Amino acid sequence: MVTLVRIGIPRALLYYHYFPLWETFWRNLGVEIEVSPPTNKQILDLGVEAAVPEACLPVKVYYGHILTLAQKVDYLFVPRLISSQKGTYICPKFMGLPDMLKHCGYNIPAIIAPTLNARHGKKAWERSHLQAAEELGFNRRLTQFAWQQAQRELASYHKELQAGRTPVDILYQRQPPKPTSRHTLLLLGHPYNIFDEFVSMNLINRLYHRGYQVVTPEMLPPKLVEKEAARLPKHLFWSLGRLLVGTANYYLQEKSIAGIVHVVSFGCGPDSLVGELLERRAKKLAHVPFLLLTLDEHTGEGGLITRLEAFLDMIEWRHVS
Amino acid sequence: MKVTFPHMGYLYVPLRAFFSQLGIEVVVPPPISQDTINLGTRYSPEFACLPLKINIGNFLQAAELGADTVVMAGGIGPCRFGYYAQVQKEILADLGIHLDMIVLEPPQGHWRQLFRGLKSLAANAGPVTVYRAGALAWAKLKVLDKLAKNQFVIRAREKVRGSTTQTWRIILDLVDQADSVQAVYIAAEQGQKLFDRIVLEPHRDVLKVGLVGEIYTLLEPAVNLEIERLLGEMGVEVVQSVYLSNWVMTNLVLHTFHLRNDGEHYQLAAPYLGSFVGGHGLETISTTIFYARSGLDGVIHLAPLTCMPEIVAKSILPQVSVDEDIPVLTFMLDEHSAEAGIQTRLEAFYELLKTRKQRGHKNNIKQIKNESTILGRKSIIESLSWH
Repeated sequence: MVTLVRIGIPRALLYYHYFPLWETFWRNLGVEIEVSPPTNKQILDLGVEAAVPEACLPVKVYYGHILTLAQKVDYLFVPRLISSQKGTYICPKFMGLPDMLKHCGYNIPAIIAPTLNARHGKKAWERSHLQAAEELGFNRRLTQFAWQQAQRELASYHKELQAGRTPVDILYQRQPPKPTSRHTLLLLGHPYNIFDEFVSMNLINRLYHRGYQVVTPEMLPPKLVEKEAARLPKHLFWSLGRLLVGTANYYLQEKSIAGIVHVVSFGCGPDSLVGELLERRAKKLAHVPFLLLTLDEHTGEGGLITRLEAFLDMIEWRHVS
Repeated sequence: MKVTFPHMGYLYVPLRAFFSQLGIEVVVPPPISQDTINLGTRYSPEFACLPLKINIGNFLQAAELGADTVVMAGGIGPCRFGYYAQVQKEILADLGIHLDMIVLEPPQGHWRQLFRGLKSLAANAGPVTVYRAGALAWAKLKVLDKLAKNQFVIRAREKVRGSTTQTWRIILDLVDQADSVQAVYIAAEQGQKLFDRIVLEPHRDVLKVGLVGEIYTLLEPAVNLEIERLLGEMGVEVVQSVYLSNWVMTNLVLHTFHLRNDGEHYQLAAPYLGSFVGGHGLETISTTIFYARSGLDGVIHLAPLTCMPEIVAKSILPQVSVDEDIPVLTFMLDEHSAEAGIQTRLEAFYELLKTRKQRGHKNNIKQIKNESTILGRKSIIESLSWH
């Protein structure tokens, strides 16, 4: 058995999709886990300073979380996420993230960076996790046990998501307020934008306060998302993009939602194209109002609130008249 | 069918030859101008990368001239280029412009896929015609790449500023007009003779700067604000990292037959980047290292703004620059980039490199030795093959 180590997991990027997996895995190995605090101004400022100016907001926020954790842990857990699903990629920046951090010019602890590439088969994620743990000195049987537990945890997390709870509700053990409006809104966007309350300026809670029920892409069963995403003329090779397109396609046909709010970060490569396709589709169908909110480190809360309120008022008037 | 295609450097020369040989009418879009960029930017997604916007501009201008079919390449990600055609199709359709899109998807390890795309173009042409068209296009590409390489050496040493650029334009036309493989080689010889006539200052103290980065910004002068010319006229010999013929060879031919060998790139970049990141991100790192070790004075990194692979590269390059002791300057280009801004930064970079060289910086000691052997014209041309 190795001595107790502390591993830092940043509360950013795909934390909202995979934290239960990673937490259970390392906890079962007896590793102490330090999660960075929810994003705040200081974290953002750190990230903006450390990252290249051309990087998108979520990547800058990630840098900030890493630097916040740097003094407190022995290792940082920054997986090299290449693909979470056969035939797709995540985003080039995720693929280079461990290297970008290693060479960012700040003093940070060693990075544990398993390469997660589902293009190399179903077992690729497992192999990389086990290997990463073994390199730290854990024995194979223990790591296998931890992996099984972790997968079970992730499966039950997915189940809860599909039951209609948001990642933050589950991770922070919260209950959303009871909706007072009969309308449901679709909140589209990458999890690290819509569920990070600092980055999204509390968007989801603002919708709750207006009485809406909110659905997010995570709540649809993956099979359905895949089916809807397959309607595109060409196989879309970004997994997060597929999630957005699949969800939007599904709800645009369902007609059960009163509006779509799409949140993108400025300069997001995949979203610059995926978002464009979505917006054009929504406009053509014309029966669902569509609001596009673009976020970056300079976005002012006032502007965002004004646009959101105008949008929500418009939805309400539509249903009155 | 009237076929058009997006501009990228002198790609239009081999493409025009290829389609004409197949008996297809070709509409080459007007050269990229401020109008093209404005048109493209107006109708494209706000933070799409610059090539997508300019492609749109090309297509709109070509449609005005009567084009009805677009031929372009596809891709399999994660770089955005692989989804360009689908988005562009939507944009054009919403504008009420109906252009057929023939997208040549890169064969994922199978030559049949590529040929199927080609076949839809050349339904009436037999295999011999297709082969001939391919051979002619390939000959033009090879010849132009070689002459372009010579151009960089000569421009840095020309006595009359602008004479190389003027000659280069004549050469482009000569090769463009050649209608058989033999005529291409004759045009190339003529071109070389024109180059030989340019008066040089062989003893000029020339700096060598490598260009790395994303292929479109490297190859399209209208996008990189003619950085090759600007540098050349400052007395800098440009070493270009991407040539179209190499790109076609590795990505279409070798890749199809599973012969592609990127081992060297991966090996060089390994201490800095442990994975490919799409586009040319990995090559940017490995080539910068290679250039530093070959004794170049500096490296200029070009990319479109918001380009994902190059953002990864840009994040890592400062460390490479320190470790390998080579100055690196990055330009992220978009529709707002202007020549004056680039020029100012290039001049500052030039001064930095010159000072370093005068101080006998270690990288340059190697190079000065190298240069003493390339004073005569013949050896200048020979030295082209060194990199």
